[in-house]
Amino acid sequence: MDPLETDRQLLEAIRRDDPAAFEEFVRRYGSRIYGFGVRVCGEPEAAKDVAQETLLQAFRSVKDVQEPKALRSWLYRVVSNACLMRRRKRKHEPRRELSLDELMPGGPDEAGIQIPDAADLPDVEAAREEAREAVHAGIAELSPEYRMVLLLRDIEQLSTKETADALELNESTVKMRLHRARLMLRKVLVERLGMTPEKKGNPS
Amino acid sequence: MSAEHGPGAQRCREMFARLSEYIDGELDPEICAVIEGHMDDCAPCEAFLESLRRTVDLARDLPPHELPEGVARELVEAYRRTRESRDSRESDSP
Repeated sequence: MDPLETDRQLLEAIRRDDPAAFEEFVRRYGSRIYGFGVRVCGEPEAAKDVAQETLLQAFRSVKDVQEPKALRSWLYRVVSNACLMRRRKRKHEPRRELSLDELMPGGPDEAGIQIPDAADLPDVEAAREEAREAVHAGIAELSPEYRMVLLLRDIEQLSTKETADALELNESTVKMRLHRARLMLRKVLVERLGMTPEKKGNPS
Repeated sequence: MSAEHGPGAQRCREMFARLSEYIDGELDPEICAVIEGHMDDCAPCEAFLESLRRTVDLARDLPPHELPEGVARELVEAYRRTRESRDSRESDSP
């Protein structure tokens, strides 16, 4: 089924105050919002609170979303703001954009270090788990501004425009932050999973 | 590796800045052709691009989180109670 059509039907059901609409809204978006919250907040307990707050708050005002295609970015805007509010209560974090020079590899040897290919990971749960833990650790090290862009683009698979709408940024800032976030994540993956060219293709 | 290539070289720096857009298919074909030409000549950049592509693939490979069933149930229950109390207020009002 065309997801746009389904979101259109959902929005119509919400607007006419259909009693089943909220359950469908939770079923369709609950896990996405919770998953995003876990990865931004870093804690499942905080993510549960964020998901509950966001779903109730979003449902109350979702009637104002005019176009079904805008629903996803609108929802991520609500949950991003909820996550940021929580983090700002906890601690002050620097908001400096990193320069590309800080992220360039130090030399050809460093540039040549390879990481495992997701498609070729051995069919052993331990190897996949090690790769996932490395990705989680890398994402956790990113500051929220970079992390949210990477999560929306690479995990939630929003377009550049949808991400820009969700985070109220312009598209060039989204692209700039995404590139830096990926470079930082790559650095962590190289440190944790990196294979020197000699070992390439043989991660054991 | 020739002298004009390497992580400190101007040409490589220019490529380095555009690699995510290249991976995402957001660049014009002419710029893609320039990047591909550079990759053919510069092994460190080619390896770096591959590692960045794999980084993106590993991130996309993360399994989704599921909203715990109990949380979903509590939410739907809370909504149902709010709705019932609203409906009873409306039916009580003249």
